[in-house]
Amino acid sequence: MNGLALSSLAKKYSMALSGLFLVFFLFQHFTINFISIFSKDMFNQVSHFMGNNLLVQFVLQPILIFGVIFHFVMGLILELDNRKSRSQNYYMTKGSANSSWISRNMIFSGIVILSFLALHFYDFWFPEMKYKYYHFSPLDPNRYYEEMIHKFVSPARVLMYSVSFIFLSLHLLHGFSSSFQSMGINIKYISFIKILTNAFAIIIPFGFILIAVFHFYNSH
Amino acid sequence: MNLILKIWRQPNSKSKGKMVTYPVENVSPDMSFLEMIDMLNEKIILKGEDPVAFDHDCREGICGMCSMFINGQAHGPDRLVTTCQLHMRKFRDGDTIIVEPFRANAFPVIKDLIVDRSSFDRIQQAGGFISINTSGNTQDANAIPIEKDDADKAFDAATCIGCGACVASCKNASAMLFVSAKVSQYSLLPQGKVEATDRVLNMVNQMDEEGFGNCTNTGACEVECPKGISLENIARLNREFLISKVKT
Repeated sequence: MNGLALSSLAKKYSMALSGLFLVFFLFQHFTINFISIFSKDMFNQVSHFMGNNLLVQFVLQPILIFGVIFHFVMGLILELDNRKSRSQNYYMTKGSANSSWISRNMIFSGIVILSFLALHFYDFWFPEMKYKYYHFSPLDPNRYYEEMIHKFVSPARVLMYSVSFIFLSLHLLHGFSSSFQSMGINIKYISFIKILTNAFAIIIPFGFILIAVFHFYNSH
Repeated sequence: MNLILKIWRQPNSKSKGKMVTYPVENVSPDMSFLEMIDMLNEKIILKGEDPVAFDHDCREGICGMCSMFINGQAHGPDRLVTTCQLHMRKFRDGDTIIVEPFRANAFPVIKDLIVDRSSFDRIQQAGGFISINTSGNTQDANAIPIEKDDADKAFDAATCIGCGACVASCKNASAMLFVSAKVSQYSLLPQGKVEATDRVLNMVNQMDEEGFGNCTNTGACEVECPKGISLENIARLNREFLISKVKT
């Protein structure tokens, strides 16, 4: 394993693995949010479990936060490294002739997603941490659903969420299948990975938008 | 055809270059792009000026020397061809054509459109070979059975001419397609498997040392490659490098 961490390919592997980890988390997050559409009680139960289980709170949550920070920092390092490899730019380039816009602008969609995460943390994570670990408020297993729909009353907030999820969809359209390519997947699985990528990149982000819009209309 | 050419002129590697405009008249649509530049150079020489310097050798699309970035694309707008095989019928009368050298820090400009691609040679020297003495005692090729699929893939990888279009087209100036083709052409064959571990490690290390960028899987290299080298080779390189690192 000597010198692996210093290699350019190590950066690829770490981006791919952290990205796949975040994809797995996204799927789990979506599943829980989706429950809120058809069962208020079940959503409260699952959220209460996630918010109070020691393993989730003190092991998985720090790993997740580390994963998000690691993926973004590594992406930024890669972007800066790559910009250094061509100090004189072309007078004219035609990137659209050979690659998709999103594959060339992952850092841009990544920054939009990170900005959304800041808003998302401000909306949900910080109040939750304050509730539990600052005010030491009493455990209330029925508060989660009401707290969530309260956030989707504002149309501006729903619009911001929706735009962010469109960028997440674009980010996934390249990033998901790209992770498998980076990990050296055999060509015979590529068609399946492409189908899986397209399905995941459309169903999950647009599913999140659907949930936000559903609660927006329910609250009015 | 009458055309306007905007060509990158740079007297040497130390000086700062600039785009210079040249009108060219009576260009035949059947000319190759290099013949059109030859025609321009004849006029420039008659004026007593310095002709446009550019790399070329075989003019048959197999040596990989011609290295122009034309209208924002390596080897121009055509697919699966080098600049010498690009014909003027791909352009229209009155067009303005932008001609630049391949740009990457690992490909420094020597003069005008000529770049130094010796970084590719050094990558090749780091492991792109088989250390077997074949003089006088070469084994009969038919004595080593090789699966047809592997033989085809190795041959496809071996068609890489090392022109550098992959680096020039990549937004990160990554050389992964070139290195992966050179690794694949050997690692798929029994003769190349003996040194496969050292080869992939040494070639990737050399690639990093030369200052090429990281691959972000945009796929631009595959599209612009005049020999159609597949991204499958990059996946194979990623796989082999990881396995080799774990082994060592």
